[in-house]
Amino acid sequence: MKFTEEHEWLREEDGVMVVGITIHAAEQLGDVVFVELPEEGTTVSKDDEVVVIESVKAASDILAPVDGEIVEVNAALTDNPAMVNDDPQGEAWFFKMSVSDASQMDEFMDEAGYQKFIA
Amino acid sequence: MSELLKTPLFSLHESLGAKMVPFAGYAMPVQYPMGVMQEHLHTRSGAGLFDVSHMGQVILSGPSWEAVALAFEALVPMDVLGLADGRQRYGLFTNEAGGIEDDLMFARRGDTLFVVVNAACKGADMARMRAGLPDEITVEELTDRALIALQGPGAADALAGLDARAADMRFMDVTDLTLGGHEVWASRSGYTGEDGYEISVAAQDADALARTLLALEGVAPIGLGARDSLRLEAGLCLYGNDIDTRTDPVSAGLSWAIQKVRRRGGEREGGFPGAAQVLEAFANGPDQRRVGLKPEGRAPMRAGVEIFETAEGGAPIGAVTSGGFGPTVEGPVAMGYVMANHAVHGTQLFGEVRGKRLPVEVVKLPFVPANFKR
Repeated sequence: MKFTEEHEWLREEDGVMVVGITIHAAEQLGDVVFVELPEEGTTVSKDDEVVVIESVKAASDILAPVDGEIVEVNAALTDNPAMVNDDPQGEAWFFKMSVSDASQMDEFMDEAGYQKFIA
Repeated sequence: MSELLKTPLFSLHESLGAKMVPFAGYAMPVQYPMGVMQEHLHTRSGAGLFDVSHMGQVILSGPSWEAVALAFEALVPMDVLGLADGRQRYGLFTNEAGGIEDDLMFARRGDTLFVVVNAACKGADMARMRAGLPDEITVEELTDRALIALQGPGAADALAGLDARAADMRFMDVTDLTLGGHEVWASRSGYTGEDGYEISVAAQDADALARTLLALEGVAPIGLGARDSLRLEAGLCLYGNDIDTRTDPVSAGLSWAIQKVRRRGGEREGGFPGAAQVLEAFANGPDQRRVGLKPEGRAPMRAGVEIFETAEGGAPIGAVTSGGFGPTVEGPVAMGYVMANHAVHGTQLFGEVRGKRLPVEVVKLPFVPANFKR
């Protein structure tokens, strides 16, 4: 699993990247009450706002970690946004995307690096 | 946060693991480890303890109750003179344009008036009272007292275990109680829509009293985050968001707070700042009205979201002034102002969220029925 400075995680699965937010990010957000997902098939560029996530406190965005295409979204989050707090690094993934330029992944941190980043 | 003021419960909040944030110049707990959602739900099912010591507590005294009450009536459009001893009312400071300078609670304690004002406004309110009241009225800010709210259906039983007299109080009664050896001024009121109490206590006793209350069955500490969602579901205004210097009491849906005796034809008609404008709004109806807004989808509509009549085109006919997620409603809730001809309950309007017009219905407030002990 790789981690970004935007508190996202990426996990490779069947040739695509599964993307979600970290436990730390979920804790900071507080109780999540609304998730708006992108449409499958959308082409995105790194840092595009692809997901809107609202907690009891505020609205925030999740940015595309790399260039690519959204191939699948986790529709269960729309009906049950609280999953994001319950299992942010497991069941509550947001979307799966293909990666156009794998070199964009080079800057991402490993688990130890991310723990250091948030410490 | 060294530059921020601390309430007498600051170290208690820290020991409880609160997340502290700046609010109106004070370091205040926005949430505890329980989290905003659970804190909100706990207050509606058990009892929540809130530190509201940042609010201003003021005593007005003078040669007689009549002198104090009539002097205060020059600043507020409420019936103060008619307030019985041991009773409390909601009030508003108005300005010369009929706008709202602050909202407040005032209680009669013998021949004195006990006034509680918003933290962010208390400096201006003190100046307003000192300038606007005659010399024979003494205005004393009680900087050596804390204020603790205990709110929720479990509040009465919890407090009655410490002083049985608490159970006999009705909504908006004020009385002296002895809680765990501490003398307090209690009112049966609050700002959550639930039954409960606000307790004024000497600053040096506040920490011990709060710990005593937290040790009672079903009492948990609740932060400002849940306080906001509780008052929003209860349809109660947050000063600075839902009411301000540009909104008049009639547009704000606070006409009920202006008793007949101060309205046109009343025995003490007018005589408060902006009386002409406020009484005019009564007579002719306001241009816009504060309404409840229930988004039909799941997306919260927060303060600033513009309201439109149609799904496309047209100019805004209003805006959200408070909005978010209502944990008891289990969905988004909001309130705001719309043009008066669109303020009928059941009207479908549209709120623009991130460039999209989403359906929202004008609904009756509150979202959650009040649970007061009348």
